[in-house]
Amino acid sequence: MASKPRTKRERLTLGVLISPTLFWLILFFLIPLLIIFVYSFLDRGTYGGIEWIFQFDNFVRFIDPLYLRIFGRSLMIAGVTTAICFVFGYPMAYWIATRSPRTRNTFMLLVMLPFFTNFVVRTYALRFILFREGVLNQVLFALGLANPEDPPSILFSQEAVILGLVYTWIVGMVLPCYASLVGLDRSLVEAAQDLYANRVRAFLRVTLPLTRAGIVAGTILVFIPSFGAFVTPDLLGGSKSDMIGNLIQQQFGMASDWPFGAAISAVLLVTMVIGTIIYFRSLRTDQAPGLG
Amino acid sequence: MPSSIVEFRNVSKVFAGPGGEDVLAVDNMQLSIAEGVFFSILGPSGCGKTTTLRMIGGFESPTEGDVAIDGKLQGETPPNNRPVNTVFQNYALFPHMTVFDNVAFGLQMKKVPKEGIEGRVLEMLDMVKLPGMEMRKPKQLSGGQQQRVALARALINLPKVLLLDEPLGALDPKLRKGMQFELKELQDRVGITFVYVTHDQEEALVMSDLIAVMNKGVLLQVGSPEKIYEHPRTRFVADFIGETNFLDGTIAEVSGKEIVVTLNDQISIQATSDTSVKKGQAVSVAIRPEKMRLGGGDNGTVKGLVEETVYLGTEMRYIVLLPDKTSVMVREQSIATERRRSYQAGDEVGLNWNPEHALCLTE
Amino acid sequence: MATPLTDVAQTKTGLSYQSPARHGLVTRVTGILFSGYALLFYFFLYAPIFLLILFSFNESRFPTNWTGFSFDWYIKLFGNYAMGQALKNSLIVTFTSTAIATVIGTMVAVGMERFGFRAKTAVEGTLFMPIIIPDIAMAIMLLVSFSLVGMQLGLGSIIIAHVAFNISFVAIIVRARMASINPDLAEAARDLYANEWREFWRVTFPQLLPGIIAGALFAFVLSFDDYVITFFVSGPGSTTLPVRIYGMVRRGITPETNAVSSLMLLASLLLVPLTLWFQRKGETN
Repeated sequence: MASKPRTKRERLTLGVLISPTLFWLILFFLIPLLIIFVYSFLDRGTYGGIEWIFQFDNFVRFIDPLYLRIFGRSLMIAGVTTAICFVFGYPMAYWIATRSPRTRNTFMLLVMLPFFTNFVVRTYALRFILFREGVLNQVLFALGLANPEDPPSILFSQEAVILGLVYTWIVGMVLPCYASLVGLDRSLVEAAQDLYANRVRAFLRVTLPLTRAGIVAGTILVFIPSFGAFVTPDLLGGSKSDMIGNLIQQQFGMASDWPFGAAISAVLLVTMVIGTIIYFRSLRTDQAPGLG
Repeated sequence: MPSSIVEFRNVSKVFAGPGGEDVLAVDNMQLSIAEGVFFSILGPSGCGKTTTLRMIGGFESPTEGDVAIDGKLQGETPPNNRPVNTVFQNYALFPHMTVFDNVAFGLQMKKVPKEGIEGRVLEMLDMVKLPGMEMRKPKQLSGGQQQRVALARALINLPKVLLLDEPLGALDPKLRKGMQFELKELQDRVGITFVYVTHDQEEALVMSDLIAVMNKGVLLQVGSPEKIYEHPRTRFVADFIGETNFLDGTIAEVSGKEIVVTLNDQISIQATSDTSVKKGQAVSVAIRPEKMRLGGGDNGTVKGLVEETVYLGTEMRYIVLLPDKTSVMVREQSIATERRRSYQAGDEVGLNWNPEHALCLTE
Repeated sequence: MATPLTDVAQTKTGLSYQSPARHGLVTRVTGILFSGYALLFYFFLYAPIFLLILFSFNESRFPTNWTGFSFDWYIKLFGNYAMGQALKNSLIVTFTSTAIATVIGTMVAVGMERFGFRAKTAVEGTLFMPIIIPDIAMAIMLLVSFSLVGMQLGLGSIIIAHVAFNISFVAIIVRARMASINPDLAEAARDLYANEWREFWRVTFPQLLPGIIAGALFAFVLSFDDYVITFFVSGPGSTTLPVRIYGMVRRGITPETNAVSSLMLLASLLLVPLTLWFQRKGETN
């Protein structure tokens, strides 16, 4: 139905419809994006302002093992989070997709509902459960699995951060996987079974490859916010679980080194873009998983 | 007697309907399919023929009764453990695999060694007339080609029974006719039992060795195309296959094979029956349009008035109104009409037929 | 009694809900275990939320020591001036930015669905970016830009930021709705009215409305709940509720925090079904 605007009137209409958005996004998104990249080459001024000297110092600084460790840690945490979200989220998506058409929308809604709540509050809820005198430990005491004198400190660790990230973003995996699964042609699975594949093999050779699009979307929807997370590590992590997000935030807070912060953001953005491109390239092949 | 390869013993299938009520898809079916035949299940939409097919394939289990394949009761055996393969209505080709991988799938699942697979796949593709297509993807193929791949994919496994669920439905009429012939030929050559589901009675007549007619979950009649056509057992079968005229009346006399039926207390006609009937029974006399002959107004078993004539090139069709206000259709080959003049609307005519072609049906 | 079936045996899409008669004991047991997994999933999803709400009614100061049921903390909340200010700011920002984003987003959605033009892919890409970019990067971008041009950080800057990321979401939702509308109706209307503008208002727009409302509600929730971006582009005196809550949360576990958090949870839990109800309502038309 989308056609090229033919009359002058149509061109005008199109212009009117699109320009406010373009205006807003160019002014308040694309240009700021550009500014960040430019900014990262600047130097920090003596009194916390900026000096208009262009230099690579900020990026060189980033090569410091301290910062690289944080970068690596962020990659690792985001990666583990994504993997866990897939392992637990895909089966859930599968379960919902195999309910009857009448009920599956409700089930999906129930999964999505918590994710529309304020995620600061939700992360706080986790903190509430995990802290020293929190509910989790109370349960462990009651079951005799932990000693009340020396309560296990689950909070303020990398594990807590990962848990928090999974809790926050798992719907980003469930939703696209579900959409993919629901659109799957059931007769294909039957055909596989007809051709001597048991349920497991039919799943591996037919269902899984054909829902790849959903899995890819899910991976991106989970990995990107996890990688750039800062609230979750701030609330649930200790000093040893600082991620890139925290590092950036520090530059705009106490450390007051805006150009450096901008540089790190630039690194973050570039990593994301490159990562996404590589990811898509590696999946561009429409080939089957091969014989056997 | 040839061994039966598929058997239905008192099979019923009940589904949960959309409103929660029970739906009886298949009603106490007894069926025996012999080995090596081209067996069609024919019926209108919703008659249960697809459900029946799926019960052979293992995609549905009978609610009551059991299905046996080659003498072995199947119970709830899943499809992957049955020596049966299916050609699906929408072909169900795996879109993410090449034609080769599609066709080879069954063999791979059966763990046939790789060296053996390649030769067989190429051979199979040749047999279905698709040489050289093995590296293509399904979406690059036309409907007809996809259908052949589906066929190849199923046949390569040499199943005991091949199930086909209205496979020609999506093809255009000319292609369809061609495929009907090819399928029949293929079945002859390969010798595997084909169980073919369709709602197209002409297709069933053309292709099958045996036809099973179903309606509303009930198996009405099984027989050769000729038997079904010439000796339908119920009104539905007579009506569904080809065209039939029905004259309703009561049995006036029965003497051996000769039956006299009174139509609406006025006309008496002669008829036969394949089953035993009693005087006074209500019957529908079924006469095929091509079995009726028109004559002049004064001679004929029944008199009538020509209402309408239709010229169809190869034949003439007459709609004739009988004294009791029922209409019948008469078909005459054009050659027959040439010998005398054809009739016009408004002409008084006499209808004739051989009593053997007037069948009394009680159902 | 039993009635004849209309060929229901083959549904073309979607994984099936297998009829129970199919397959044997193993399948049935796996089915039950699988559903058990789903139940567990829901449990873990909702447990923290419900526990938090539950304990916000705890009389005791010590959150995990249940001494009795009480509304005290909520009452305290209502007397809290700073909290009231934060709420006011939140509402101003949210309503304003939602209104702007909805209008602009709908316009661009209509434009994109109706027309094809050379730069369309570029525009689509630009629209897509705010969705996938991490919050903190967007926050920094805006902060730096604002300060570079010397702009005051206040409610205005927050509104600008919120609109910037909400446009894309509104656009996606409205576009999805547009794609599912029957184009024949529009064609027929154009025939009748011979005037595109009128046709749009009389025919297309009413059909679009549920999608627009859904988009607006979605933007509302996103804006109201936003923390990261708001934090960075807000100035003194323009604290919003999430920012305020964050401050409280950082300081530790207190009943007041529990109370205000619970309120926010309940608000979202009520608003979201509303959004979806609106979207659903449109679909049945």
